[in-house]
Amino acid sequence: MTDAVLAAVAQAHRREWARVLATTAQLTRDLDLAEECTQDAFAQALQTWAETGIPDRPGAWLTTVAGNRARDALRRESVFRRAMPLLVTEDALPEPDFDDERLRLVFTCCHPALAREAQVALTLRLVCGLSTPEVARAFLVQEATMAARITRAKKKIATARIPYRVPAPDQLGERVGAVLDVVHLIFTTGHTAPIGAQLIRRDLVDSAVGLGRMLHLLMPADAEITALLALMLLIDARSATRVSDTGRMLLLSEQNRSAWDRGLIVEGVGLLTDALRRRPPTRYAVEAAIAAVHAEAPTWEATDWSEIVSLYDVLRGLWPGSPVVELNRGVAIGLRDGPQAGLDALDPLLASPPLATYGYLSAARADFLRQLKRWAEAADAYGEALALTDNEAERAFLAGRLTEVRAQLSP
Amino acid sequence: MAKYMLLIHGDEREWESMTPEQWKAHGDAHAAFRAAAGSRVIGGEQLALAETATTVRADPAGGLITTDGPFLETKEAVGGYYLVEAKDLDEVLALVAKLPEVRASHSGVEIRPVVEHG
Repeated sequence: MTDAVLAAVAQAHRREWARVLATTAQLTRDLDLAEECTQDAFAQALQTWAETGIPDRPGAWLTTVAGNRARDALRRESVFRRAMPLLVTEDALPEPDFDDERLRLVFTCCHPALAREAQVALTLRLVCGLSTPEVARAFLVQEATMAARITRAKKKIATARIPYRVPAPDQLGERVGAVLDVVHLIFTTGHTAPIGAQLIRRDLVDSAVGLGRMLHLLMPADAEITALLALMLLIDARSATRVSDTGRMLLLSEQNRSAWDRGLIVEGVGLLTDALRRRPPTRYAVEAAIAAVHAEAPTWEATDWSEIVSLYDVLRGLWPGSPVVELNRGVAIGLRDGPQAGLDALDPLLASPPLATYGYLSAARADFLRQLKRWAEAADAYGEALALTDNEAERAFLAGRLTEVRAQLSP
Repeated sequence: MAKYMLLIHGDEREWESMTPEQWKAHGDAHAAFRAAAGSRVIGGEQLALAETATTVRADPAGGLITTDGPFLETKEAVGGYYLVEAKDLDEVLALVAKLPEVRASHSGVEIRPVVEHG
């Protein structure tokens, strides 16, 4: 088998998996069988493409092979399958604009009758084509646990008759919201992995960005989708500069801005502009605007902190009670008005239960205390932050700062 | 088409403390639900308080034991049900959104698919 064939199959897997599976599911009306046939088609491609060459349209080839497998299986198992609940489908779509099989798959995987963790697992497995062990690793659960979670979700789709289709127009807005929350969760989990050696889980970030691009392509007029894609691109543009050569996490202030991905920034800003033109700003649009202000600032010092603070004020109105928004707003106030002002803005948050054990609050306070040369308090706060994170890149950063601050304590 | 059981759960003390005007509005909302659902409603009733329930189970000696009260002693009880027929869960969700119990803070509606035999 040549490298060219391997590369072609890998590329087809990235680009065509969702479409092949979604089309096959329409035929089988059974997600398990569709998944199996899709997997078989990719395995077959490895063998056949090596012998007869890579087809001109790999997606069409894979869809045909998966469809043939499905028809064979349906003939063989017809008696047994008659007793099984089937996916509820319909031939005509409510909106001809959304005539893409992949959308049915996404909306089914993210149906609100499924628990959030099941939505995420199904989306990664069925839409992004990650294997069950890969999905399990991403969320740090046992493979058997993840397999059971996916199986149970598929069983509920069939038994409760969660329909395999794009929701009706009156339900579409709410359903798009659920899909975007799943995509955003996959992105944030990948962008700062909660624990482990790597700060960024590239597979999850790529899956989330890929989903965002697909949704935007299929529903270009939806401003929420456009805004989330903009947000992800603007943040991902910085990913190459977030960790030093020695594996230490770098703060926004320390990152090499010339290494940020200008292409992604331009694309993200363009998408954001389009989203803001279509409707009043939503949560993802405001978050994207904040990321855009950072992306366009020539240096950390030259960042427009007044603009950032006012965007956090808008975000606060759209997303009241979010402790993370309060925290980031407090940090921005400190950067606009100095460390004492920042500390004053953050201190009330210490009483908020969800933030009391949130490592980023301790880390932000520690940084302001360090700048104010209140070394003993800074050391305590770094110690707290260190105790509250399991990500090794973040731990290395905090441990370094703690050492610096302690050196000031005992000269 | 498939059948679904809609189990209306809620805090009975809240239902008991409703005024006649509130019951009137409640009844109107259920009438509107039935009108919207039309022939999709196969059956449905309000149930008497759980304190009037009687539960029968096996006893260790192999006989039957009859006890006063519901199967599960919980703050929330089943206060009523509908049996409906729909093509899929989205259709049921759209119908359930019309029930007054999904708007009150103490109650909710559980949607259970019915197992089809044969």
